[in-house]
Amino acid sequence: MAVGQKTIRVVIGKVGCDIHERGALILARAFRDAGMEVIYLGRYQTAEAVAKTAVDEDASVIALSDHTGSMRYIAKETVDALKKFGGSDIPVIAGGLIPKKDLPYLEKLGVTGNYGPGTPLETVVNHIREVTEIDWPKGEVPG
Amino acid sequence: MIERTLDPKTAKLVDDMLQGNARALARLITIVEEDGEDAHLVLGQLGPTGRAHRIGITGPPGAGKSTLVNRLTSCARQNGLRVGVICADPSSPFTGGAVLGDRVRMTEHSMDEGVHIRSMSTRGSLGGLPTTVHGVIELMDASGKDVILVETVGVGQMELDVMASVDTVVVALVPEAGDDVQAMKAGLMEIADVFVVNKADRPGAESLLVGIRSMLDLVCHGDGWRIPVLATQAENNIGVEDLYQQIWEHRRFGLESGSFEERRAHQRHDEFTAALQKMVTHQFMQTVAADPQLAACVTRMNAGEISPYEAASEVFRTVSQKLR
Repeated sequence: MAVGQKTIRVVIGKVGCDIHERGALILARAFRDAGMEVIYLGRYQTAEAVAKTAVDEDASVIALSDHTGSMRYIAKETVDALKKFGGSDIPVIAGGLIPKKDLPYLEKLGVTGNYGPGTPLETVVNHIREVTEIDWPKGEVPG
Repeated sequence: MIERTLDPKTAKLVDDMLQGNARALARLITIVEEDGEDAHLVLGQLGPTGRAHRIGITGPPGAGKSTLVNRLTSCARQNGLRVGVICADPSSPFTGGAVLGDRVRMTEHSMDEGVHIRSMSTRGSLGGLPTTVHGVIELMDASGKDVILVETVGVGQMELDVMASVDTVVVALVPEAGDDVQAMKAGLMEIADVFVVNKADRPGAESLLVGIRSMLDLVCHGDGWRIPVLATQAENNIGVEDLYQQIWEHRRFGLESGSFEERRAHQRHDEFTAALQKMVTHQFMQTVAADPQLAACVTRMNAGEISPYEAASEVFRTVSQKLR
């Protein structure tokens, strides 16, 4: 690998009690094939553990996966925890089964992507390249 | 490269890191990992390091290295020590990408402020560890860690970088790793300061233990250290406390016999040579790029008109005269 080259480092995790790991694993593989380094945390994480890991690992981005309809809570906790550990400049993207009605809330929180089933892998990969290239301002969310 | 100094932002990171700030440490590791100009500058500013004991865990894929590291981290924490963990996984030879999955075995430590776990990919290095690992160890040391655990990628017989990076090498094997002849082979079997047969509840553990012990009876370690061979079940937390004690015993032995300091001196010298090589190459290549005649010489070499050795001699002669 070339000297001085920047590498995108992605932390992938599933927070809470959600066994559906296939999507996260497929994404891990897709990110790897796109030349990224994937720090794979797998299932049954807490939002705080994901956030602290991202800070310790100097992650370029956090990718959250959830299939229980709880993304709004998971994302909020993760964003809050990032603030606590001094990593609020780390962008957060999400995917899985996300209720449509939660999308505006997540966008407002600064959590982007919010992909559902059937999204081409390329779309997600390109989104990561976009969010890691810019300083990502995360909005304050009431409540 | 040599004349430059650190920009204020990075200099602040170094200060914060020396105060024990985890985010600053993480950012600096990235800078060192990228191995650009700033990496040298950062590593030049750490002040005295070397306080932490550096432990390498190596062995074939699936031997339980990550689980052992996880348990050893618990032992160190119970003794009130601050722990840095570096775990390496392979990078893809095709895309440079990597899946770093060692942390999955270490989640119990993920919320502990006294533990900093960093996953690294080998970034093309073939020795079992990324080439920048030494710098990352130095950073963790400077940030106040007492113990640094370095886990290699799953190795075969010949990925031995770990011995040049740590104070104590633990080689972890699993039953059915082979017979006595396998145990006699050069390479991996030579570099252990402590042997571990992990997953020792599996069939074949006893014969592997005997095989390694009888192999060790035939050799004599230069410094007189008798290499312990331990049976562990990291998953069930059996035998790990003993392993932890043997690692410290090795440190005590090394400090008394002088082999600890001897090894460190070798490592420092290697690192110095590597750093110097990088700087000299960089300086020479810059001079070549700025000199049309030398650049033309390299172009002719690329085209096969003159040999790489001729070109290198030509460049070396001209540039060293210029630098004089």
